[in-house]
Amino acid sequence: MTLLDRDVIAVSDLSDDEIQALLRLAREFAGPEGRPTPRNELADRIVACLFFEPSTRTRLSFESAAHRLGARVIGFSSPAATSFAKGETLSDTIRTVSHYADLIVLRHPKDGSARLAAELSEVPVVNAGDGSHSHPTQSLVDFFTIGDERGTTTNNNVVLLGDLRFGRTTHSLATLLSRFGNKVTCVSPPGLEMPEGVIEECARHGRRPDQTNDLVGALADADVLYVTRIQKERFADPAEYLKYAGSYRIDDDILRHAEADLTILHPLPRVGEIDHAVDRRPGAAWFRQARNGVPVRMALLTSILKETPQILTEATR
Amino acid sequence: MKEFIVPPIRNGTVIDHIPPGKSVRVLEVLGIPRPGSTSIVSLAMNVETGRGAGRKDIVKIEDRELEREELDRIALIAPGATINIIRNYDVARKHTVDLPDTIEGVVQCQNPDCVTLSEPVASRFQVTSRDPLVIRCDYCRHVLSQEAVA
Ligand SMILES: [Zn+2]
Repeated sequence: MTLLDRDVIAVSDLSDDEIQALLRLAREFAGPEGRPTPRNELADRIVACLFFEPSTRTRLSFESAAHRLGARVIGFSSPAATSFAKGETLSDTIRTVSHYADLIVLRHPKDGSARLAAELSEVPVVNAGDGSHSHPTQSLVDFFTIGDERGTTTNNNVVLLGDLRFGRTTHSLATLLSRFGNKVTCVSPPGLEMPEGVIEECARHGRRPDQTNDLVGALADADVLYVTRIQKERFADPAEYLKYAGSYRIDDDILRHAEADLTILHPLPRVGEIDHAVDRRPGAAWFRQARNGVPVRMALLTSILKETPQILTEATR
Repeated sequence: MKEFIVPPIRNGTVIDHIPPGKSVRVLEVLGIPRPGSTSIVSLAMNVETGRGAGRKDIVKIEDRELEREELDRIALIAPGATINIIRNYDVARKHTVDLPDTIEGVVQCQNPDCVTLSEPVASRFQVTSRDPLVIRCDYCRHVLSQEAVA
């Protein structure tokens, strides 16, 4: 299978082989310093980045990835200045823009919007987050980072911590980790547990994730700790929020219970979940995780828009 | 002598064994009456089944033979319904409704944030389980069960 001309709406659209090929290509693009050098694979292409809600980090890393490949970028970063603000439907916007670009990167607040866009678009659509449904490139970046930091994408003990109910990136990441033979442990406050559907999905592909609220116990044999933000707006009572947010704060004190080389990830922005003193640990990987957003998205854009990425044929020769 | 609650029809379609109270919804899903149509449509609610097995609704549509694909659209609302195509007062064809694999435009997605609620697109679900009935939105992957759709 090839990703040429394909839509990427959810991680489940990608086979294991396709994911591995993407990670290899991303590794090549990242180079030894993790800093991609300018290339010209997509010199004749136009990428449209349509962001119907602001997401600075995701948008900038997609735009940077496109620019690094020599593509031109059109689009908008919020709907305020567009015809969408005048009441135009997403459907009409997609039908129009698909004639202006060779690929559409879409961020939209409604669940399932990327699937709808893919059905209407003349060109491939990449989902950059559709409501609470899916955000596949974030999961690929996380997975790539785990592989890069640990030297392997399999057999890791990964603890997912925080709001696992509404945090969509943890859903596809958990499934991805299970698919590749990792052990997943879910730690969350009561009421914010990983949905049963996701647990079942993981179990279908590999090991059934453990669920606990004993963070200290889970940390003991963890290779990777993935921390997500607990969103204040999910709690009716602010006192309740403070109680939970406080109990899941990662600092040097709690990390005494973990291995010294524990890899710690966070999709950012962080708001107090991780003490800044933790930044000094060698395994504090969130800025490298953010940096990896560019080569992983470069790999995806190239694979969709280019027949056989030159770099891969070089790498496999 | 048999007493008819709804008089027999000469030609057309009879939908029998609809769950009590669901006949209006059945007509709605089938788009009946069609705008401008003069076909007589009769409807009986809460009819005794005669076997002491409770009640049912019946719908009779005169001078129109519904296509099988049209009829299968009501499978979600009336899973046990039977269809009789009537020609000259006789049952020419009879079948029970089949639940299709894909259900388009019959029910709305119940996820309030689903894109299909705010865009000009028909809802579309895949049947993931028949008994008990479970369907999944093709767009947002939200899952609906029998109670939610009927
Ligand atoms: Zn939906």
